[in-house]
Amino acid sequence: MAYTQVNIPVSLGTTIMACKFGGGGDGDSASGVVLCADSRTSTGAYIANKVADKISQLAEDIWICRSGSAADTQAVTEYVRNGIRQHCSMQQRPCTVFTAAQLCQQIAYNNKSRLSAGMIVAGYDSEKGGSVYGIPLGGTLAPTESYAIGGSGSTYIYAYCEKFFPTDAPLTREGAIEFCRKAVMLATMRDGSSGGCVRMMIVDSAGSEKRFYRGNERDAYEESRPATNQ
Amino acid sequence: MSSVGAGYDLSSTTFSPDGRVFQVEYAQKAVDNSGTVLGLRVRDGVVLAIEKPVISKLAVPGANRRILSADRSVGMAGAGLAADCRMVVNRARGECQNYKHFYGSAMPTEVLAERIASYVHLFTLYWSVRPCGASTLVAGCDQSGGERTPQLYLVEPNGVVQRFYGTALGKARQSAKSEIEKLDLSSMSAKEAVKAAAKIIYQVHDESKDKQFELEMTWIAPETDYEHRRVPADMLAEAEAEAKAAIEAMDE
Repeated sequence: MAYTQVNIPVSLGTTIMACKFGGGGDGDSASGVVLCADSRTSTGAYIANKVADKISQLAEDIWICRSGSAADTQAVTEYVRNGIRQHCSMQQRPCTVFTAAQLCQQIAYNNKSRLSAGMIVAGYDSEKGGSVYGIPLGGTLAPTESYAIGGSGSTYIYAYCEKFFPTDAPLTREGAIEFCRKAVMLATMRDGSSGGCVRMMIVDSAGSEKRFYRGNERDAYEESRPATNQ
Repeated sequence: MSSVGAGYDLSSTTFSPDGRVFQVEYAQKAVDNSGTVLGLRVRDGVVLAIEKPVISKLAVPGANRRILSADRSVGMAGAGLAADCRMVVNRARGECQNYKHFYGSAMPTEVLAERIASYVHLFTLYWSVRPCGASTLVAGCDQSGGERTPQLYLVEPNGVVQRFYGTALGKARQSAKSEIEKLDLSSMSAKEAVKAAAKIIYQVHDESKDKQFELEMTWIAPETDYEHRRVPADMLAEAEAEAKAAIEAMDE
């Protein structure tokens, strides 16, 4: 007899992404970043949480997208938060996104055999402006000038992101929001482990803004496409 | 001279009735009896200078460095027991590398100075070790955004750390400090500070009491890309020549 196992480790099979926007083309710092994630947490086939928030705060304007084992990423996030607090207290200055990403990477690398955590650290600081760092399984620190995607659902949007990320001019704030929202939504339509709603965090010099897009946007998208079998 | 410890000075874990730890004060005496060390923090950099007595005619000049680098942009000069100075600098080097490894960026000079102060302070807490017989000047230049902040800190054997514009240690520290007070440090450039430091060292050197000395100087300046480096030989020679000329002019 089939039954739903509820004691399997909780996993964040997921789609996460972060992208930079703004900034001049000649190496000026980006004005900000957008972080975006789906909201499905699964225990095997059971959706343990369909409105999960996978974007957690590390510092005032530094956020992290979490994918992989929910427990592992929550533990790493807590350690990094602690490390950032101590670091800021020591140097009497706000933490940079780079330092936050470095701390995260150190933990991921030094515990690589024990952890299953893919993360994206992104935020805004006055030194570099908006920055995005990918920290995939294994503990690499991957800085990026454009965007980073992660999680099981990201495989379905590699081509989409590559094609639709503008290369002629930097993204505007609204452009970045639309780019991320669309990408994550498309991933949730194909990946069984991603779904629910789309959560977003927009960080720039004015601070962090939280956004929420309901799952029924998928229906609106489907409606807008032409019927194929007529 | 110094007050008699009268039995309260046998261990660094004993307080005297008037609240002093004599062993730590005696460690300070080791610093006070050493050759002059001075540091100047000016508008665009930091200069460290040390008066090294020549111990033997056979000693190789320019070797046996007393001012050492803890990191690319951090220099440390010690006064007091030379071996204790080296111990502190080695610890500082380790701290800088660990910080870089863990946080990904260079250690801020203030954080380093406070760490070194905590380290030196440790030696005043335990009966099994003696206090560090060295004071250290920590010179560094941090970069934050586009801005450069030159800084100078003094770490004493009792674990106290203080930030300075200019300070001197050693036998002739009182006269050196009064000379430093006459300078306008915040508008001086590092180049000018090299000359000023050389002049002060020569001025306070006591010809009759002390032996021949060798002047060692390092600087952190825009000319060194804000790295801690020895003052180039020609610049040092020029500064020394000017210093000697100034002394002769005064004697006339």
